[in-house]
Amino acid sequence: MMQTSVNLAWLIALPLFSSAILLLIGRRANSWGHVMACIVSASTFTIGLVEFFAMQSRSEENRAVTQKLFTWISVGSFNVDAALLLDQLSICFVLLITGVGTLIHVYSIAYMSHDLDRRRFFAYLNLFIAAMLLLVLGDSYLNLYVGWEGVGLASYLLIGFWNQKPAYATAAKKAFVANRVGDVGLSLAIMIAFATFGEVSFSGIKEQTELASTTQLTAIGLMLLLAACGKSAQFPLQSWLGDAMAGPTPVSALIHAATMVTAGVYLITRSNFIFDAAPTAQLMVIIVGGITLLFGAIIGTAKDDIKKALAASTMSQIGYMILATGLGPIGYAFAIMHLLTHGFFKASMFLGAGSVMHGMKDEVNMRRYGGIGKFMPITFLTFGLGYLAIIGVPPFAGFYSKDKIIETAFNAGGSKGLLLGIATLLGAMITAFYMTRVVLLTFFGNERWGHKDEPAESPALMLIPIGLLSVGSVVSGFFLARGEALVHWLEPVVNPLKEHHSEEFLSPIIVSLLTITAVIIGVAIAVNKYRGAQADLAPEKVSILTAAARKDLFQDSLNEAAFMRPGQSLVSRLLKIDYLVIDGLVRAVGSVSVTAANRVRTLQNGYVRSYALMMVIGALALIAVIWSVSA
Amino acid sequence: MDIANYLYLSAILFTIGAIGVVVRRNSIVVFMCIELMLNAANLAFVTFARINSNLEGQVVAFFTMVVAACEVVVGLAIIVTIYRSRRSASIDDASLLKR
Repeated sequence: MMQTSVNLAWLIALPLFSSAILLLIGRRANSWGHVMACIVSASTFTIGLVEFFAMQSRSEENRAVTQKLFTWISVGSFNVDAALLLDQLSICFVLLITGVGTLIHVYSIAYMSHDLDRRRFFAYLNLFIAAMLLLVLGDSYLNLYVGWEGVGLASYLLIGFWNQKPAYATAAKKAFVANRVGDVGLSLAIMIAFATFGEVSFSGIKEQTELASTTQLTAIGLMLLLAACGKSAQFPLQSWLGDAMAGPTPVSALIHAATMVTAGVYLITRSNFIFDAAPTAQLMVIIVGGITLLFGAIIGTAKDDIKKALAASTMSQIGYMILATGLGPIGYAFAIMHLLTHGFFKASMFLGAGSVMHGMKDEVNMRRYGGIGKFMPITFLTFGLGYLAIIGVPPFAGFYSKDKIIETAFNAGGSKGLLLGIATLLGAMITAFYMTRVVLLTFFGNERWGHKDEPAESPALMLIPIGLLSVGSVVSGFFLARGEALVHWLEPVVNPLKEHHSEEFLSPIIVSLLTITAVIIGVAIAVNKYRGAQADLAPEKVSILTAAARKDLFQDSLNEAAFMRPGQSLVSRLLKIDYLVIDGLVRAVGSVSVTAANRVRTLQNGYVRSYALMMVIGALALIAVIWSVSA
Repeated sequence: MDIANYLYLSAILFTIGAIGVVVRRNSIVVFMCIELMLNAANLAFVTFARINSNLEGQVVAFFTMVVAACEVVVGLAIIVTIYRSRRSASIDDASLLKR
């Protein structure tokens, strides 16, 4: 074990303590709670940076460090330590979580300044940071699971932050239930892993992968995929993400765009040794990713709520990442690269959307926006940079990462590669279409606000974090891709160079050209359709596809028909059975003893002579019995 | 005379006592019937002692007398107290402990 420069436990302990303090002290912390939360978040970022530079200065084989905190479970031969593992993969996440997290903390000070419950909000944010760091720092599946549940809790609390509105509380519940389905997958994966290897730590399982049969590994892989689907809003568990936009916008930016929803990508990347040995599971990962990236993109084209459009886009972009993780060793690094760049540009756009909502009196319907660009120039500029990054215009961040994924997809080999390549290209085109639509409807065109008040630019405390994030969305791709920096950095964790693409189906330059062409087509269609003046109401007569996309491609209806209604009728029937049979038995026992007692009670009439008579009869009966026995 | 006749007498006395306890209402009479039953039992004890030629039955008869004397003291006191409070010696009137 290598010494780390700072005790890693502080990374988790600081925000956890801060959250506990804010929740326990209560209203007295109202005046300074948000400042403390920001300072705590910033100090975790500082620790992350210190660790990063310390790691960089070490030689490659000494970069990963583990730190045992305490023995958690020790039963017979089964030992689990609460231990932290900081390696090349987790440091990427630590920096993303704490960096973006800190910026969003600062942003929230201004965004939530009018909310009476701002302290509670910051407590939950800190709780989220702690749980998410535990998720990425845990050195075993069991430790990861604790963080996994922790972020689920934080997400639930924050989606339902304004739970005085029933719809928002329902959205929180929906997210929680959908996540629960995924969590079952994770716990099953842990159980299968333990039954197979007798071990739940990453390193322990990695060493023994050859000993397990492909079937076992496939089972673990599929369960891990289910877990990733729940947390990362992938098909078929994606329906919660759109409703999760009920939470305050900073939450949507931090949890439901930049960090928590990417936990599934982390999980699959972390479990690379399992997926590499289980081709079936890997194929399922690709299929899920491919379906979701198109699914999300199509939904994104029809949403009028700016946050829901961005949420659909998040779904689609994570689809790209999941797809990439399914493409084998080289894909992991590109998935993480897209994850990091996406963290920047999507957070920046969400915060930009929040800034627009701030100026527009919390209006979220883009049909009621229009022409905001000239009133909020800085928001417009930063959102525009994020927009260029997400659609993949060179040299912005999204270009580097998405282009690599498309290239890897094309080079996956055979008809599979061709199919995946076309799907990802199509996704890129639709992304360009719907993002252009968002930008045009929001910042250009006629003013459709329905009131005369001009939107004012947001305060500096909101604009500075957005600005920093948009700088990230401009340059991060270049720095991560330069000389395959991230690929080499992650090499010890995911072995990307083990089987480098031997024959190339399409050369990188052709893929780039294809991508740019697709993007230009997408943008052109959107410009053609949405330039100039627009109506302030969504058109009623629309094609079947649009109508379906507005309804999230009927995923909610499907869930309702396939799971919720049968579930409810099952429950009501079980309730009836419970009432009639189980309760009936209990009530029968009760009524029998009551009736019997009422009968017997009449014997106790208080007349001494009747008692005496009973004694005589009893004595006679006793004598008769003794006589008959002895005779 | 056959010694078994004492046992028959004892059984008859006991039965008379038991019937008296069950059928009579006057508490004094009931009380006397209880005494009658006790003495019937005493008679049986003494007879059995005689039959088996040992003294244990005789000794138990003395114990019974002592217990009976104590019982008379307590029982009569209760009856007198009830009579004072209710102006009645009927045993059926003292039936407050029902149900």
